[in-house]
Amino acid sequence: MRIDGKGMINRSMPISFRFDGREFQGFQGDTLASALLANGVVLMGRSFKYHRPRGVLTAGSEEPNALMEIGTGARKTPNVRATVQEIFQGLQAQSQNRIGPLHRDLLSVNDIFWPFLGAGFYYKTFMWPRRFWEGLYEPIIRRAAGLGALSGQPDPDRYEKAFAFCDLLVIGGGPAGLMAALTAARAGADVILADESAGFGGRLLSETEAIEGKPGAVWVGETLTALAGTGKVRLMPRTTVTGAYDGGTFGALERVGQHLPAAPDLPQDCFWRITARRAILAAGALERPIAFPMNDRPGIMLASAVRSYLNRYGVAPGQRVAVFATNDAAHWTALDMMKAGITVAAVIDSRADAIAQGDYRLFAGGQVITTRGRRALDGVAVRYGSNETLVKADCLAISGGWNPTLHLTCHTGARPVWEDTIKAFVPHKGAVPGLTPAGACTGVFDTAGCLAAGIAAARDALTELGMTAPDIAPPEASGDAGTGQALWYVEGKGRAWLDFANDVTTKDVKQATQENFRSVEHMKRYTTLGMAPDQGKSSNIAALAFLADATGRGIPETGTTTCRPPYVPVPISAMAAGAQGKGFQPERLTTSHAATVGRGAPMIEAGLWYRPGYFPAHGETTWRQSCDREAGMVRNTVGVCDVSTLGKIDIQGRDAGAFLDFVYTNTFSTLKPGRVRYGLMLREDGHVMDDGTTARLGNTHYVMTTTTAAAGHVMTHLEFVLQALRPDLDVRVISVTEQWAQFAVAGPESRTLLNSIIDTPISDETWPFMACGLVAVHGVAGRLFRISFSGEHAYEVAVPARYGDALFRDLVARAEALGGGAYGMEALNVLRIEKGFVTHSEIHGRVTAFDIGMGRMISPGKDCIGKTAAARPGLNDPARELLVGLKPVGAVKQLTAGAHLFEAGAEPVRENDLGYVTSVGFSPALGSYLGLGFLRNGRARHGDTVKHVDHLRGVETLCEVCDPIFFDRDGGRARG
Amino acid sequence: MRYSGLQVLAQGLMGNRGWTPAWRDPKPKLAYDILIIGGGGHGLATAFYLAKEHGLTNVAVLEKGYLGGGNVGRNTTIVRANYGLPGNSEFYSHSLKLWEGLEGELNYNVMHSQRGIINLFHSDGQRDAYARRGNAMINQGDDAILLDTEGCRRILPYLDYAQTRFPIYGGLYHPRGGTARHDAVAWGFARGADLRGVDVIQNCEVTGIDVENGRVTGVQTTRGAIRARKVGMVAAGRTSQVAALAGMRVPIESHVLQAFVTEGLKPCIDHVVTYGMGHFYISQSDKGGLVFGGDLDFYASYAARGNLPMAEHVMEAGLTLMPMIGKARMLRSWGGIMDMSPDGSPIIDRTHIDGLYLNCGWCYGGFKAVPGSGYSFAHLLATDRPHEPAARYRLDRFETGAGLMDEEATGAQHNLH
Amino acid sequence: MRITCPLCGSRDSREFSIKGHEIALSRPAPDAGTAAWHAYLHLRENPAGMTAELWYHGAGCGAWLRVVRNTVTHEVLKIELVRDVTGAAHAD
Repeated sequence: MRIDGKGMINRSMPISFRFDGREFQGFQGDTLASALLANGVVLMGRSFKYHRPRGVLTAGSEEPNALMEIGTGARKTPNVRATVQEIFQGLQAQSQNRIGPLHRDLLSVNDIFWPFLGAGFYYKTFMWPRRFWEGLYEPIIRRAAGLGALSGQPDPDRYEKAFAFCDLLVIGGGPAGLMAALTAARAGADVILADESAGFGGRLLSETEAIEGKPGAVWVGETLTALAGTGKVRLMPRTTVTGAYDGGTFGALERVGQHLPAAPDLPQDCFWRITARRAILAAGALERPIAFPMNDRPGIMLASAVRSYLNRYGVAPGQRVAVFATNDAAHWTALDMMKAGITVAAVIDSRADAIAQGDYRLFAGGQVITTRGRRALDGVAVRYGSNETLVKADCLAISGGWNPTLHLTCHTGARPVWEDTIKAFVPHKGAVPGLTPAGACTGVFDTAGCLAAGIAAARDALTELGMTAPDIAPPEASGDAGTGQALWYVEGKGRAWLDFANDVTTKDVKQATQENFRSVEHMKRYTTLGMAPDQGKSSNIAALAFLADATGRGIPETGTTTCRPPYVPVPISAMAAGAQGKGFQPERLTTSHAATVGRGAPMIEAGLWYRPGYFPAHGETTWRQSCDREAGMVRNTVGVCDVSTLGKIDIQGRDAGAFLDFVYTNTFSTLKPGRVRYGLMLREDGHVMDDGTTARLGNTHYVMTTTTAAAGHVMTHLEFVLQALRPDLDVRVISVTEQWAQFAVAGPESRTLLNSIIDTPISDETWPFMACGLVAVHGVAGRLFRISFSGEHAYEVAVPARYGDALFRDLVARAEALGGGAYGMEALNVLRIEKGFVTHSEIHGRVTAFDIGMGRMISPGKDCIGKTAAARPGLNDPARELLVGLKPVGAVKQLTAGAHLFEAGAEPVRENDLGYVTSVGFSPALGSYLGLGFLRNGRARHGDTVKHVDHLRGVETLCEVCDPIFFDRDGGRARG
Repeated sequence: MRYSGLQVLAQGLMGNRGWTPAWRDPKPKLAYDILIIGGGGHGLATAFYLAKEHGLTNVAVLEKGYLGGGNVGRNTTIVRANYGLPGNSEFYSHSLKLWEGLEGELNYNVMHSQRGIINLFHSDGQRDAYARRGNAMINQGDDAILLDTEGCRRILPYLDYAQTRFPIYGGLYHPRGGTARHDAVAWGFARGADLRGVDVIQNCEVTGIDVENGRVTGVQTTRGAIRARKVGMVAAGRTSQVAALAGMRVPIESHVLQAFVTEGLKPCIDHVVTYGMGHFYISQSDKGGLVFGGDLDFYASYAARGNLPMAEHVMEAGLTLMPMIGKARMLRSWGGIMDMSPDGSPIIDRTHIDGLYLNCGWCYGGFKAVPGSGYSFAHLLATDRPHEPAARYRLDRFETGAGLMDEEATGAQHNLH
Repeated sequence: MRITCPLCGSRDSREFSIKGHEIALSRPAPDAGTAAWHAYLHLRENPAGMTAELWYHGAGCGAWLRVVRNTVTHEVLKIELVRDVTGAAHAD
């Protein structure tokens, strides 16, 4: 029911929305919860376990009950708090976690069986018969559990992530936060003021008390104007600071479009990473309920929420309101209600000495011992002294006092401290470096105190920032924090809920202690208390107090569980904004990409790069046809392949040769300028890190190539060696991978092709195998390396990347004119397998130089990275699995990478395992499948027959073990 | 008290007042045959199997906090035997077999759910590496199926097969893999050990290890000195501090691994799914939360919490792989302290001190190992001979280089496994 | 976590990669023996408290940094260029 003249909603802007298919009307400024209450809807959800009818408990993000699905189709969002969601035109909300309509949820049958569904019942049953768990019990449990449902479709909405930096982050825009922001901004600090709500002001928007003689909301408005006037404050409404991390980093979730109709360019949320030199936590406090029997009926809500609905939203949450409290809030709530013309049925104050502050029925020293009503409250039973009476009421406002909202102070590991004078936990001093709590979150519960605390905290922060605080006097406000007593629970018949969201009652906690789950962590985990979507914001402290009593300990000895980020749940889409689809990682494209795609080549991912699998020619229908043709082309005429993805590292300096001698197993200082050498690089633990060729372009200038996969890693390693181990060397290294486009030109006609594009033709004499140097390519300064990864007479030609596209097109056209063409990764792989060249399929991180037959490449005459560790006995054991070639020799001709190797007659089980196959290709040159693999003592077994077994693909092949070099063993073709 | 459906019914009818403590809170005795330092999953399982398999019940588990408060209570609950290298193959295979009988053995429902694990791969090279691993699993007698893209689509229709950055080539499917309720595992083993006479002692921190003439004689604790013939160290992330009490330096670095859970959701992910192009693994708990995790934060840490860069990376990997989880909301994040070894595989071995034994190096694979580790460590403690499936978990393998089990193939850098 | 690179200023930790303990700077001589190399490669003090780690500013200037940090609180106490540490040692 709306109350005329109350609230800050915009009554000139009516908004219609739907809930469970029914159309309702609210106003701009309403939350879903306030709008539904205004329409007399109190039943808003079902509880997690017992499926009990539930209404709202709170008016904020800590809401445990009123969780709903918002939106339809792929836009459906489950578990949205009706107390946070603002309504907008066309909003569609559905209740969740029910079978059938909300008022007749079939799963409410669970509530009848509650005695058998207590704490941890599932650990004690469903064990027999064993296979029924996956088949029967678990599916039923899973279907009954869960809350809302995902749509199952990709999230179609937009999200953003952003970074922000400031001198001072103020978390919470209530009285303390506003004064802190104003004080800091006037001192010239860059301030971010974030508040979870749509409007700043905190409790001031929900209470009737005055500041400087003005209504709280008016003072808030003036203060916001003053903040804007400083030009130093970034106001971030609808922004929840979700986590405090190391080094002054905070996570924050801004609801950007959640409260508006969908629009294509409007992000739903923005996840902020805020770096603040100092921060002030002014997050306020959360009112706590009381665990009395049957305290979960729709219509029972926190007294602060009742005042919020009345004063902020102009809604009476009931027609006859009763109040049950342990403190003065009881009376303030009653007076607010009466002023608004709402009937106050009774005020039940647990304090025996309570005095009525108005004309209402007061039960001093009273307690609510049970409640009535099926889907909504209709009465409460009150015990006072030795009397009991029934009070008719459709709304019960409850207050058990306040808990400081100190969650962020726990995020870096500090535990809060029990403060007995206010019967609450307060932040640990210095909990988060640079973060100062102020106001209600420290247990200061009066408005004047909060205003002053905000100023004081800002002063401290400014001092630490080296800034001068201005003289600001706290505005005049009430210094009355009220008084109260601690009452956590009321004994009586029936269940008394501690955790509404997870359906945990005092009986569950009692049973947990009875079963010796007495540690607070055990109690939490056994009963699941505090593990629901609200993370125990309304339940943890009361449960702790109950546990303390049940175990005969005090609250401080009982301890508390910790709060962990995020303060409110964060959509995965927000925290991962931009990552959907291709956005997960950057895409690296070679200069030949467009030309390659233009030729219809399917692109495959090679790390972050894209490379062509093969170039289909007219009439080819399978990749094998293309691959066979391309491999043949290289063997017979000439092929062109983009090899720019290999890492290229420019190494210069007086000691470049000595440096390379230290990072490679073999020697590079003796390499003559104009020559290239293959190098093997180890990790310090003696295993192979990477390999590649390094060219000496000048006396003090080398260019190293790495594999595509290891380029970044090798660069990091080289920098480490230089800076950490060999700072004595005068060398600089830099990655030039993207500066040069580099193409392999391979095959008997490779020189013919090259001589048609370089300004000075070359010959075997001027450019022998493993020569390198500068060339002019169509007049462009380039580099030419006579190296071969195919075993053919071959070159790699490099030009500055901006010429890559043109050169690739030109090279391919000329190759085609010679009867060759472009080749892709598939053919490249076949060619290198034929030659027994290893890639990271072989040097996969567990192999040594010894394993791949390169033990002798570790130069005995010098130290190098990995040399000592490579000499460990375990790394040189002949019984290790050593690189071999494999050729099918039986009826089955197929080989598969990933197969394991066994003796021909052995059963293929682990105990008989002799090795495995790493690379396989069909060689058109040899007319056979060829494999590379690792075989126990393999070098001594050339000529033997072993069994290749691939259980997964159902392939069993007899193979001959052979040298890994299948083709042109003496290398005559490459030398040309 | 024996647990059963009937018991739940009977107790329910009597107001649930008859439930008895799941374990005692015994005072530490002056001496035991065997002391286990660490009341986590591995320590409790060790105590359980010492009693059950070896009849050794003069045993105490010493836990400095509350039992099950370490990694057993803060992991992503995955149980599997899909390892590829000798040593790990036989060990995890044995452990999974123990899991398969665990509920009956413990009379405790640990909710071991063999819902199947799919390791996705995204290139030919990854497929071949997974094929090698899958074949090793079958060689070991375990189960593995190589799925192609269509095979994945059939059981995981919600993955992004069209737009995702790294296309899904297929997956290695391990049907017997799955999840379990992590806390229940600790509690079940604690209850089982307690029932058999083992003293499970909480809030009892070991402050010294007494060694005389190269032989362990007992420990000092915050609750007094306790003598023992044998002491087993099972302290996971705190291994280095415990070993230091005996003057040992161990090949362990402690790192934080974050994990995440969303709010409860109706069933939407029925398997365990892992992503091959970024560290990401996910399953849905029986309660409905999506439970997922990723890689280490990479800096050494004893704080059971992490930072945003890895948290964001994990969400990003999840979203590109399965964009339908976008509107699920991450409810809670936490961290565990991982005892990272130089090759990513564990150590179950004697030490150079007589009577002092070491069980550590589980990196972030310790949960599924709980029964196997307990069984093998109990065997070693009881018989002084390594248990066959764990015989390769030697402490000296780093020094000699023989028998390294580097599944990630990243080499001797603790934070890269 | 923020890392103040001596060359680039205060940066988010996501710009860095981490190698591990600074023991990696103390590479033994090739003939230092098995025990020394085993200690270098594998054994770690692994302190619960102050430690010194090597961080690489890969997404920045490419400098290797020595970062003194508390492993329990994550407080960063000191950051210096590795080159300054090792260069000084070599100058000795």
